[in-house]
Amino acid sequence: MRRLKERLIETVLFLAAASSVFVTLGIVGILVTESIPFFEHVSIKDFLTDTEWTPLFENAHYGILPLLSGTFLTTMIALLVAIPLGTVAAAFLSEYVRPGIKEILKPILELLAAVPTVVYGYFALLFVTPLLQKVIPSLGGFNVLSAGIVMGVMIIPYVSSLSEDAMRSVPSHLREASFAVGASRIQTAFRVVIPAAFSGITSAYILGISRALGETMVVAIAAGMQPNLTLNPLEPSATITAFIVQVSLGDLPHGSIGYQSIYVAGLSLLCLTLCFNIIGLWLRKKFQEKE
Amino acid sequence: MESREALLANIKTRQKWDFVFAVAGLLSLMFALVTLLALIVDLAMTGVPRINYEFFVNFPSRFAERAGILSAWVGSFCIMLTTAFCAIPLGVAAGVYLEEYSKKNWVSQIIELNIINLAGIPSITYGLMALGLFVYKLKLGQSILTAGLTLGLLVLPIIIVTTREAIRSIPNTIREASYAMGASKWQTIRYHILPYSSGGILTGVIISLSRAIGETAPLITIGALTFIAFLPTAPFDAHIPFVNFKWLMDPFTVMPIQMFNWLSRPQTEFHVNAAATGIVLLVMTLIMNGGAIWLRLRFRKKMKW
Repeated sequence: MRRLKERLIETVLFLAAASSVFVTLGIVGILVTESIPFFEHVSIKDFLTDTEWTPLFENAHYGILPLLSGTFLTTMIALLVAIPLGTVAAAFLSEYVRPGIKEILKPILELLAAVPTVVYGYFALLFVTPLLQKVIPSLGGFNVLSAGIVMGVMIIPYVSSLSEDAMRSVPSHLREASFAVGASRIQTAFRVVIPAAFSGITSAYILGISRALGETMVVAIAAGMQPNLTLNPLEPSATITAFIVQVSLGDLPHGSIGYQSIYVAGLSLLCLTLCFNIIGLWLRKKFQEKE
Repeated sequence: MESREALLANIKTRQKWDFVFAVAGLLSLMFALVTLLALIVDLAMTGVPRINYEFFVNFPSRFAERAGILSAWVGSFCIMLTTAFCAIPLGVAAGVYLEEYSKKNWVSQIIELNIINLAGIPSITYGLMALGLFVYKLKLGQSILTAGLTLGLLVLPIIIVTTREAIRSIPNTIREASYAMGASKWQTIRYHILPYSSGGILTGVIISLSRAIGETAPLITIGALTFIAFLPTAPFDAHIPFVNFKWLMDPFTVMPIQMFNWLSRPQTEFHVNAAATGIVLLVMTLIMNGGAIWLRLRFRKKMKW
């Protein structure tokens, strides 16, 4: 009796754990099945090479490139902010700051990741953009630059927290050995600790990239929701995510081409993040083997 | 003599660079913290004067000064309840299985890899999945239930990971002592592992709910309405069994969506409303996160194995 109960409980718990796999299967399955009808209307060649994305217009074009350029641009700006600042902050916290103060500083820094993204959207649109307009008077009300910068600040804690964890887990005898041969703190940080923690730091970067690629509200609010094939950060643009939000705000009948187009956009986004996750896993494996 | 001076010069340069780096580190940290402060102050200066009793008990309106967030905060509250109800049992159970039962084989490896991967999937794709699966295939409609399930699945990895961390920090001696008294595996988990890890699990639950309350994109995707001037069906009946769950199937709006809606209007009066909603949201998330940090520190102090 008792054994039966034990087995039953184990089965129930296993099903709970397995449910997470069903979530992934559900996401991939739904995105693929809802996207297939789209490609009966639009050839893959048009999808990948057309330079306009206007699925809701009379004269519809279905080229993903403008959305990709918007996504790429916002992500690049965000990473240019988050990776240097996050890495330096992590090295500073790990190598210079006393543990007592670090215990206070790190949670405060992590609050940056807790702020709702729609609040960041408000901040980008009504605080950062007017601030930037003082420096660049030609800047429009909606632009990629301020959205990207705010996104960058938002993902600093993802980069810094995980990097700091990785740096802290570097055994202290490596540091001591480095100090013993006369290296300064900065030399120890850059030539010993960071290389030793590289696989952890890489996963921090990859997580930051995934966040930036999938971030929605900041760009939807501050970047203007106009698909625009450009690499100029001063112009308005739309990302894949902003397009999905824009379409979802309207009333779209199930099965229409507009409805299918958000699934195609979602599938492209998923593939993009998956690529980065796989690169991250591969890099981590490679560096772990080296050690 | 010369080499000694060269050495001193060398040390001096390196000390200088050390100092430069410390300043750079401090500046990076300050930049992040000052931005956070600027965000809070900017939002508070615009939003706080707008917050009064009417703001919480009025429905949205065409007139900015008469608009309120009643339907939005009630919607947020109902969805949090549904999310907690579906994500906590599932997440804790999965965490317990992965830490206490699973053997090292390909099944457990797939599950673990999958959980790492899920945390990196953009939240908006959860919304697309929910639109296709819950709204159209399972015919749950654009309801509170759909929203709660969607956010529940979204925060599931957070709960699983924090549960596992909490359980992992319990030393094996506790398990061995329990087995030595003749307890079965489940009894050990039920009476020892779960109670001792409850602090860590609670921290994870609070963090995940604070994430869910600010989530906007997946809810827009499943078709949350932006203008709702009514409340979900009351959960109480005058006759047996006195409660009903009709509210689960009602349409909804939530605070972040209400804020987004006001923010995307051109009139600045509505931007003030957006700021006020933002400050309510921000205070709630900061309280939840502060509570989680406090809990974590408290349990770390109390638990000395």
